Amino acid sequence: MSVGVIILVVLVLAALGYVFGRQRAMAVSQQSGIKLHSLPSYYGQMVGLFAAVPALLALVLWLLIQPVVIERSVTAMIPDSAIPEGGALSLVMSDVRRIAGGLDAVLAKGGVGEAEVDRIAANPSDLRARLAEVGVPLVGDVPVAVFEAARAYRSMTQTGSILMAATVIAIAAVLAGLVYRRIEPHMRARNVSESFIKLLLIASSLVAILTTVGIILSLVFETISFFKIYPAQDFFFSTVWNPQFRGGSDLGILPLLWGTFYVSFIALLVAVPIGLMIAIYLSEYAGKSLRSFAKPAIEMLAGIPTIVYGLFALVTIGPFLRDYLAQPLGLGSSSSSVLTAGLVMGIMIIPFVSSLSDDIINAVPQALRDGSYGLGATQSETIRKVVMPAALPGIVGAILLAASRAIGETMIVVLGAGAAAKLDLNPFEAMTTVTVKIVSQLTGDTEFASPETLVAFALGLTLFTFTLALNVLALYIVRKYREQYE
Amino acid sequence: MMNNISTTMNTTTTTKAAAMIDSKISARNVQVFYGEKHAIRDVNIEIRPRSVTAFIGPSGCGKSTFLRCINRMNDTIDSCRVEGNILIDNENIYDPKVDPVQLRAKVGMVFQKPNPFPKSIYENVAYGPRIHGLARKKSDLDDIVASALQKAGLWNEVKDRLQESGTGLSGGQQQRLCIARAVAVSPEIILMDEPCSALDPIATAKVEELIHELRTNFTIVIVTHSMQQAARVSQRTAMFHLGLLVEENDTDKMFTNPDDQRTQDYIMGRFG
Repeated sequence: MSVGVIILVVLVLAALGYVFGRQRAMAVSQQSGIKLHSLPSYYGQMVGLFAAVPALLALVLWLLIQPVVIERSVTAMIPDSAIPEGGALSLVMSDVRRIAGGLDAVLAKGGVGEAEVDRIAANPSDLRARLAEVGVPLVGDVPVAVFEAARAYRSMTQTGSILMAATVIAIAAVLAGLVYRRIEPHMRARNVSESFIKLLLIASSLVAILTTVGIILSLVFETISFFKIYPAQDFFFSTVWNPQFRGGSDLGILPLLWGTFYVSFIALLVAVPIGLMIAIYLSEYAGKSLRSFAKPAIEMLAGIPTIVYGLFALVTIGPFLRDYLAQPLGLGSSSSSVLTAGLVMGIMIIPFVSSLSDDIINAVPQALRDGSYGLGATQSETIRKVVMPAALPGIVGAILLAASRAIGETMIVVLGAGAAAKLDLNPFEAMTTVTVKIVSQLTGDTEFASPETLVAFALGLTLFTFTLALNVLALYIVRKYREQYE
Repeated sequence: MMNNISTTMNTTTTTKAAAMIDSKISARNVQVFYGEKHAIRDVNIEIRPRSVTAFIGPSGCGKSTFLRCINRMNDTIDSCRVEGNILIDNENIYDPKVDPVQLRAKVGMVFQKPNPFPKSIYENVAYGPRIHGLARKKSDLDDIVASALQKAGLWNEVKDRLQESGTGLSGGQQQRLCIARAVAVSPEIILMDEPCSALDPIATAKVEELIHELRTNFTIVIVTHSMQQAARVSQRTAMFHLGLLVEENDTDKMFTNPDDQRTQDYIMGRFG
């Protein structure tokens, strides 16, 4: 029985539970002449929830746990001799899964019974041909142990799913039945179903939180295994980034961090003044109708896919800077440069600065402006000396958020600044950032065991730490600012 | 109704005659529009120097609007249009040659809700003198700040913590800080828009006492909702209703024997 069918059965049970639970509540109340504590539909809801939620939770848990359990017992069946020289257990296990899948396909195709598997088992040389027929190619002959493991895997999976279907449906039916039988007029069905719903809501928010925790944990664990095979000291303090796929790489993060901060710094240098001036114009000078048109128009900059910005950097800005600045000044001849990526990224994050700052400037109470005008200050004096200082903490927060956006940017850097890891002050040199290197270390046919790939996790974790710190700082500052006027 | 209007006409003509001798501010046929709304209708009033004039009237009667005409604060509202003339020292402040920014240095304002800047107490008071270049040296500025805080009766409470934030003071102290801030620019006129409406009775008493003292140096116009306050602090009172100046008179007379029936009703609490 497939998972979809099980879910359907459980939902049908829940729907039936709702209808009958509601009916029974009304019937019980009429019989005994006692008024129901809650509306009849709450009794129905209660039965339905008890039928659906625990059963579906059990289903999810089962689906998560079953593969782990089966994997473990099947792994135990494979002797060391079945693992080829230089190979890994995980590769053998994936063969096992493929053979098991192939056997399923053979049976489905031939329309023959389980006995066919035994026949194949008796004649192992036949196996490759039979599996190839159903589109499962195998490299070399299959050791007997592996084939036996595949058979075991198959049968355990089958029994597992039958057991799962039975358990889940039984949970649904039994719980629905129990609750249904307990319905009586004094039962507080509304409170029960409301606390049940509250639990559901809490569970949903847990999903988001747990995902974040899971991502962080997986980053941390992979990073730890990276540091086991590569010294942390070299990673953090070496100034050379030179990965070799034959081993013996230099994986120093410093050139990448330098590139990241250099590009982000140039981006902020572009975005902060322009963004702030936009924000001041929009909030203090622009008329209502202009503002309602201009603000979304500027925010559109943030909606352009970054790959498009990257193209813009590659095709327009890069060559332009090279031909009109770098070459005449004798500073370089590369069309990808830190300056290119920084300029384009700066344009991309203008709306982050301008839009947030505009909101923050607008939140400065009109009373402060009136106070300043009342003392004979001009509009620009008021903005410079009263409005901006009052809005400053919030604006700093906005800038930090824009900065963390810039630090995490990848596509613009790939196309604008190149992929060469360098420590250089010249803004016309090609450099690269942490994110670009994460991508390049993970693309291609690689195995997650060498320091060259695992370094991506260490890079990711370092970057995550930086942007998280920036975000926390930004939120702290913004919140502190809000308290001032409320 | 006819009777009322003619009384109004009479009072305004008499005050106009009186003003020939002695008036700091005189408004001639002032009309204010907010978009289509006619907020102030043909107001004529003479305000005497070095005295306190109170504007009273029910909510929405236009008294605050008219007050904001006197330092052209209504200029900051886009939809607002002012017609007629307001003369300060016989100079029309709505003349195109007049710079509203300079005018506001001469006509200070204190607002309904205390609005100290989120800066230190010292910087709050020094703000006006700084933008108008009133002090050459740091010591001059210190003197101006100290004397303004003394005039506002706040000096003894804050002299040891001038560098602390102005927003950390109590409501009453904040309002007196705003008064000190206005006084520091040495204006000739101070406009107060319900300065005590956000304060408790003790803080209110202090501000009222302060208004009494300031009267010797400044011309004060105060908008208030409290009739007792008008009676306590002012020498002249003007009653507004529905955008009209209903009556303007000596405060004593206004609260004992008003000329206009509407003033009588309002003071007795029959409407508003």
